[in-house]
Amino acid sequence: MKRLLSKRWLAGGLLGLTLSLGAHAAIDTYEFKDEGDRARYRLLTEELRCPKCQNQNIADSDAPIAMDLRREIHRMLGEGKSNDEIVDFLVARYGDFVRYNPPVNARTWLLWYGPWLLLGGGLGVLALIVLRRRRPAASGQAADLSAEERARLDQLLKNSAGQSSADHTKADK
Amino acid sequence: MIPELGHLAMILALCLAAVQASLPLIGAWRGDRQWMGLARPAAWGQFAFLLFSFLCLTQAFLVDDFSVAYVAKNSNSALPWFYKFSAVWGAHEGSLLLWALILGGWTFAVSVFSRQLPEVMLARVLSVMGMISVGFLLFLIVTSNPFARLLPQSPANGRDLNPLLQDFGLIVHPPMLYMGYVGFSVAFAFAIAALLGGRLDAAWARWSRPWTIVAWAFLGVGIVLGSWWAYYELGWGGWWFWDPVENASLMPWLVGTALLHSLAVTEKRGVFKSWTVLLAIAAFSLSLLGTFLVRSGVLTSVHAFAADPERGTFILIFLLFVVGSSLTLFALRAPVVKSSVGFGLWSRETLLLANNLVLVVACAMVLLGTLYPLVLDALTGAKLSVGPPYFNALFLPLMAILMLALGVGVLVRWKDTPLKWLRGMLLPVLVVSGALGLLGAWLFGDFHWAVLATCLLAAWVVLAGVRDLLDKTRHKGLLKGIAGLSRSYWGMQIAHLGIAVCALGVVLSSQYALERDLRMAPGESVEVGGYQFVFDGAKHHQGPNYTSDRATVHVLQDGREIAVLHPEKRVYQVRAMPMTEAGIDPGFTRDLYVALGEPLEDGAWAVRLHVKPFVRWIWLGGLLMGFGGFLAALDRRYRVKVTTKAREALGLTGVQA
Amino acid sequence: MKRALLLLPLALFLVLAVFLYRGLFLDPAELPSALIGKPFPEFSLPSVHDSARTLTAADLKGKPALVNVWATWCPTCKAEHQMLNQLAGQGVNIVGVNYKDDNAAARKWLKDFLDPYQLNIEDQVGSLGLNLGVYGAPETFLIDKDGIIRHKYVGAIDERVWREQLAPLYQELVDAR
Repeated sequence: MKRLLSKRWLAGGLLGLTLSLGAHAAIDTYEFKDEGDRARYRLLTEELRCPKCQNQNIADSDAPIAMDLRREIHRMLGEGKSNDEIVDFLVARYGDFVRYNPPVNARTWLLWYGPWLLLGGGLGVLALIVLRRRRPAASGQAADLSAEERARLDQLLKNSAGQSSADHTKADK
Repeated sequence: MIPELGHLAMILALCLAAVQASLPLIGAWRGDRQWMGLARPAAWGQFAFLLFSFLCLTQAFLVDDFSVAYVAKNSNSALPWFYKFSAVWGAHEGSLLLWALILGGWTFAVSVFSRQLPEVMLARVLSVMGMISVGFLLFLIVTSNPFARLLPQSPANGRDLNPLLQDFGLIVHPPMLYMGYVGFSVAFAFAIAALLGGRLDAAWARWSRPWTIVAWAFLGVGIVLGSWWAYYELGWGGWWFWDPVENASLMPWLVGTALLHSLAVTEKRGVFKSWTVLLAIAAFSLSLLGTFLVRSGVLTSVHAFAADPERGTFILIFLLFVVGSSLTLFALRAPVVKSSVGFGLWSRETLLLANNLVLVVACAMVLLGTLYPLVLDALTGAKLSVGPPYFNALFLPLMAILMLALGVGVLVRWKDTPLKWLRGMLLPVLVVSGALGLLGAWLFGDFHWAVLATCLLAAWVVLAGVRDLLDKTRHKGLLKGIAGLSRSYWGMQIAHLGIAVCALGVVLSSQYALERDLRMAPGESVEVGGYQFVFDGAKHHQGPNYTSDRATVHVLQDGREIAVLHPEKRVYQVRAMPMTEAGIDPGFTRDLYVALGEPLEDGAWAVRLHVKPFVRWIWLGGLLMGFGGFLAALDRRYRVKVTTKAREALGLTGVQA
Repeated sequence: MKRALLLLPLALFLVLAVFLYRGLFLDPAELPSALIGKPFPEFSLPSVHDSARTLTAADLKGKPALVNVWATWCPTCKAEHQMLNQLAGQGVNIVGVNYKDDNAAARKWLKDFLDPYQLNIEDQVGSLGLNLGVYGAPETFLIDKDGIIRHKYVGAIDERVWREQLAPLYQELVDAR
């Protein structure tokens, strides 16, 4: 019993610790040479994941590694590197894990194209359903009955009419 | 003593739930009215015991009983009383007890507000809900007992509630969310009861509908509250991160939206019965899946409760049982006989099917993105991250398609619509929407295609609704006609308006937000987006359980002061945890947002300044959708009492004594 | 045919459940190194003990090594230090990377708690750490005699980790000469 409790304390403590890492705004005071660079910095830091945190981008995290990575990105922007070069630099060191924007390759084609395939398939099914129900049901039926069947139908209708009137007189009592 | 009573009450509630889950169901199968009649009292008893149990836990918090482990982990004597109250559901065990309590509450509500239901149906519905209660109560008692004691060495004081949770948001967001999650269990129970009874018809759809709408509305409001809370609490102005826990709440909402539209078709036209039942099963299954994802540690998230594989296994088994058996029942008992009801291409049936398709694809996409890293890891060991760039790239186009269909959907008629008439209705709407779209894209700032598209679509949705309103009141005249329209209709109009408002908020705030991170010394001023922010330094301040540096920032526009903001940097003593409180000037057309970073030399601070246009529209739109839902659920037709004679004539038994 | 179609949701759910079950035993936070099989990154940094002496990647070649990223501000590193001393005593070649630390504090630490490191690189800014894909301390890399990275372990090395994960691989690299 005690061991279970201490496991939970540890987990709770870890949770508290990890939540605390996200608790305050990570604000750096970097200068940029123009608005374009500032926008690119924002984009990159929002689309790259902090390798250590509980699902945060490096813009919002104040883990030491996130601060280091923001500094690196700022430095590389200053050196005139392109967005792709910066992302590749980090992926080479931390793996695809740091990209919140998953690459489009053989491993991820289901991720990127799956929903569209599903939508297309669904539209196909929708089209089939609509086309099949297009003919209003009532139109063809009566004409398709043979004389024999029509006679049977009349008989059945007469019987049920008699039945329901009998019911009515019963219920009124 | 009281925690032990609470524990006992939970166990008694489990016993009653077990009775509720089994006997009425067997009674329904055997036609035993006494056993069926056990459902109501069992439900009432279970709710009463759960309420008592919850009150016991609350009492333990309010009197600072730190011998209870859960209280010691999540509270502190210096915590203000209203946070002690909300701390009851601040972590895993207590939030589960809240879940169970709310489930008991919904069960109670169903047992009270379902006088017109046939006895057999009600017995089955309550039984199914009882089974779910049994699952949750077992989970609570066996793995997550909130009343576990820390004896003999109980701490003198607690570890305090996480400072991020010491906020109004915790008081409202989880309860609203759980009302939604649990509420879908009602639609689920109705679906299962209908499958069991072999009676899947328009009447079933009519009974299900108000319950589903209310649950959906609660869930929507819960999601909105969570987004708003994250925005002002976390300090960086974000409001949605596509985090796994956030996705876990969005998925049932998307399917729930599809469900309430599908129920409309089944109720009115008696078609798509199997599909509607499947959606009802799916909505609640996604609620349960969400519970699993959040509490099992399978996915990484800032929101996740403490990860514990033992608990995860329990929930997974529960999930397998509930979803597996319901889908098996569906495969065996869902009607396959196609009704001979036909409808044309341009009919409400078709458009609502399209609505369902887009929503289900959107939900599938969110599920795919959320679980892809897990699947890839399990299959290949490779690590991948899927985040906002992916979700935004797919979700926004799907929503655009939905809004496009919406405009057509409100105008088309049931069964079929003359194409010429439809064209005549829609063409003016299209033209004006196009014009408004162009106007919007030019008016708000730099031109963006996304802004043009969104303004056009929002106008399209709103104007199509207006067109329909004019069409519906064309005989009586506008004023008289409006008085004659049902609450259900107004609910629909308001909810659709909500989508337009929300879409505008999302796109305008994303495209036109301005942000500056910089160093500000006392007396310095910076211009952002036409506003002048003047920093006045920070002063030390003492709160009830924290110390803080409280800054003053004056905001001027055209030389006139329009707001004074007080961003804070707090340190909560017990956990020694720092926290940012942003200073926000809320506005209908824009928010001004200031957050403090680190102190620099000479009283200067790193400061973040945001101007966020129309960000409040996001939550306003969500609230409108929720309000529309509640309004529609209050429609008179759900509350009309059916006379006894009519019921007997229809062959419905079960008149209560 | 229609009946069979109705089994599809159940089938999809069961597939999902299998993955969820697998997921319970995976660690989503675990991040394998992106540098496995790649050469140890180039660097030119001073030694911890002698600031005038510059170490480079060439100094690591020649025999397999455990490259241990450590710092005085890291409490887990202290716990690990005992183990490292023990391993050094057994003849394991351990190289240290003092990650974003204060040099004086580092030297004092090594004096107080013994020095298991054959070489100790001072990475004050964290540039080598960045190139190694380090995101915290302690982390340990296993490199072979040609300086190729073969394995990375994140966290403190204890008896069990050494025995089950690192020792066999290290032995293999030593035997490979």
